[in-house]
Amino acid sequence: MSPTPAAWERIRDQFPILDQKVNGHPLVYLDNAATTQKPIAVVNALDRFYARDNSNVHRGLHALSMRSTDLYEGARSRVKTFINAREPEEIIFTRGTTESINLVAASWGPANLKKGDVILLTEMEHHSNLVPWQLAAQRTGATLRYLPVTGDEGLLDLSALDRLLTPEVKLFAFTHVSNTLGTINPVAELCARARKLGIVTVIDAAQSIGHMPVDVQAIGCDFLAFSGHKMASVTGIGALYGRRALLDAMPPWQGGGGMISSVDFLESRWKPSPERFEAGTPNFGDAVALGASCDFLDLLGRDEIRRHDGDLAREARDRLAELPGIRIIGPKGERGGLVSFAFSGVHAHDVVTFADEDGIALRGGHHCNQPLMKRLGLTSTVRASFYVYNERREIDALVASMRRTIKFFGPLD
Amino acid sequence: MSADLSDLYQNVILDHNRRPRNRGRIPTANRSAHGDNPSCGDQCDVYLRLDGDRIAEISFDGSGCAISQASASLMTTQLKGKTASEAEGLYKKFHEIVTTGKEPEDMSDLGAFAGVHAFPARIKCATLSWHAALNALHGDPAPATTESHKD
Repeated sequence: MSPTPAAWERIRDQFPILDQKVNGHPLVYLDNAATTQKPIAVVNALDRFYARDNSNVHRGLHALSMRSTDLYEGARSRVKTFINAREPEEIIFTRGTTESINLVAASWGPANLKKGDVILLTEMEHHSNLVPWQLAAQRTGATLRYLPVTGDEGLLDLSALDRLLTPEVKLFAFTHVSNTLGTINPVAELCARARKLGIVTVIDAAQSIGHMPVDVQAIGCDFLAFSGHKMASVTGIGALYGRRALLDAMPPWQGGGGMISSVDFLESRWKPSPERFEAGTPNFGDAVALGASCDFLDLLGRDEIRRHDGDLAREARDRLAELPGIRIIGPKGERGGLVSFAFSGVHAHDVVTFADEDGIALRGGHHCNQPLMKRLGLTSTVRASFYVYNERREIDALVASMRRTIKFFGPLD
Repeated sequence: MSADLSDLYQNVILDHNRRPRNRGRIPTANRSAHGDNPSCGDQCDVYLRLDGDRIAEISFDGSGCAISQASASLMTTQLKGKTASEAEGLYKKFHEIVTTGKEPEDMSDLGAFAGVHAFPARIKCATLSWHAALNALHGDPAPATTESHKD
C-alpha cells in the first residue's frame, strides 16, 4: 500500500471527534502521545467485524469461525508487513506495549537470567520498560544498570556505552522515541553494538510505531513492543515482535486454551509461536482494527507522518521558547512529534487546567518517567504531542493559551 | 475566565501558592509524615511538634500544583494550636467543602477551596497535605497516599 497525497486532504474529516467544542472553544487535541484519535476507517473496520464476521477463532469448523480466523491471521500478516518482520509467527498479539514487555520479562527473563547478570536500560525509559525489568531482576537475582541521559537536551550518552556494555549484560532494553523528551534514539546503532556482544535487545516502540517507519530487520532488534491505540487504532490491542529463534526457545508465560499441542493430567506440550504466547481467546476483533490502522497509516505514508509531526513539534518548540520563565527539555534538532516544558513558578497541572479552559488537551505530570524527572531535577512537565490531523493554527492556540496562563500566575521567580 | 476556574483559583489560593506559609522542616519537629499522590506525582511532607495532644508547631514541604501547595500552606495556619481531635474535625469539614462545594460560614479561609468540587480530579490535590498531617498526628509510619483514601 503506497502513500497518496489525496489521503492528507480533508484528513480532519476522517476524525469526527475533532469536530467539537470544549469549554466553548474548538477542541485542540494535543495529547496524542497518551493516545491518538481513531479515523472512521478503523472504527468502521471494528464495526463491520462485529456486525458480520464475529466468531471465535481457530478450531472452528463453521463458516463464521473460518472467516474470523482468516481476518485475525490476516491482521497478523498485515502487522508483519507493517514492521517488516520475516514471518507472521514473529508477531504475538498482546494488550499493548506494557503487556508485550512483560511477556519478554516474564518468559525470556527467568529462562535466561541468573545472579550476576545485568539488564541494561536507559534513564529515559517509561515505567512500562522499567518496572517489568525490576520484577525480572528480583526474580532472577540479575541487577539493573542505566545508560545516562545527557541532561536537558535529553540524548543518550553514547560515550558511556563502552563502559556499560560488559560481558555481564544479557539484555539491553530501550525506547525508540522518548515519551517525555521527544528524543529519537539511534536504535539500529544500539542494536548493532549489543549484537556484537551477544546481548538481546528489546525496543519500546510505543511512541514511534504510529509516527515513522519502523523496520525490525533494518533496526536489527530481537524484540519490539507497541500498542495499537497510539497508532490510530483502538485500545486493548498491541503486539510483540520477537525473532523466531528466540521465541521458539522461550517457555509460555500464561497457560490456557489455544496454546497447547497436547494436555495430560500432569504435563502439557506447547504449540510454537505465536499460539504459545496467546493463551485463551485472543482479542481478534481489535486485531482486525489494528490491521485497518496499518492500512490507514501506510496510505498517509510514514515518512510523511514523521515529517508532519516532527515539523509541528519543532515549530511549537521554537515558539514556546520565546515565553518568559520556560524550560524546554528534549533535543534541539530533530525530535519526535512532541514537546515537553515547564514554567518557573507555575505547576504543570495548573497549566493543563488553564489550557483545558481554552479547549486545548495537554498532559501534565511525570509522564510515567519519574526516574528521568528526578535526574533532570523536575517534578513534572507540560507535554504537547502532535499527530496527523494537527495543524499549525493549533500551535497558535497553544502559545496564546500559555501566555494567558503565565500572565495569570506571574510575575514569576 | 469561566466562573468555575475563577472559583478554583481564588485570591487566597494564589496568595498561599505564591507565598507559602510555614514551608520547610521545623528543626524541633517530633512527628512527620510523607504523602504521595501517585497519579500526578505530587509530594508533601508534614512536620509537627506535638506538645501533649496539641500541635505546637507545624510546617510542610513538597511539590505540586497551586491547589496542593496552597492547601498545605493554609492547612498549617489552621492546624497550629489545635488538638488531634480538633484537627480531625477540621479535616472532616474541609473534606466536605472540597467534595460538595458547600461553604460553611465559620470556616474562614478554608472556604476558598469550595471551587475544587467542580474539578473532581483536583480534590486529591487539596487533601494530600491533610492526609499527611493526620498520619503524622497518629504516628502512622506508612506514607499517606491519596489512592488509598476515599476522597
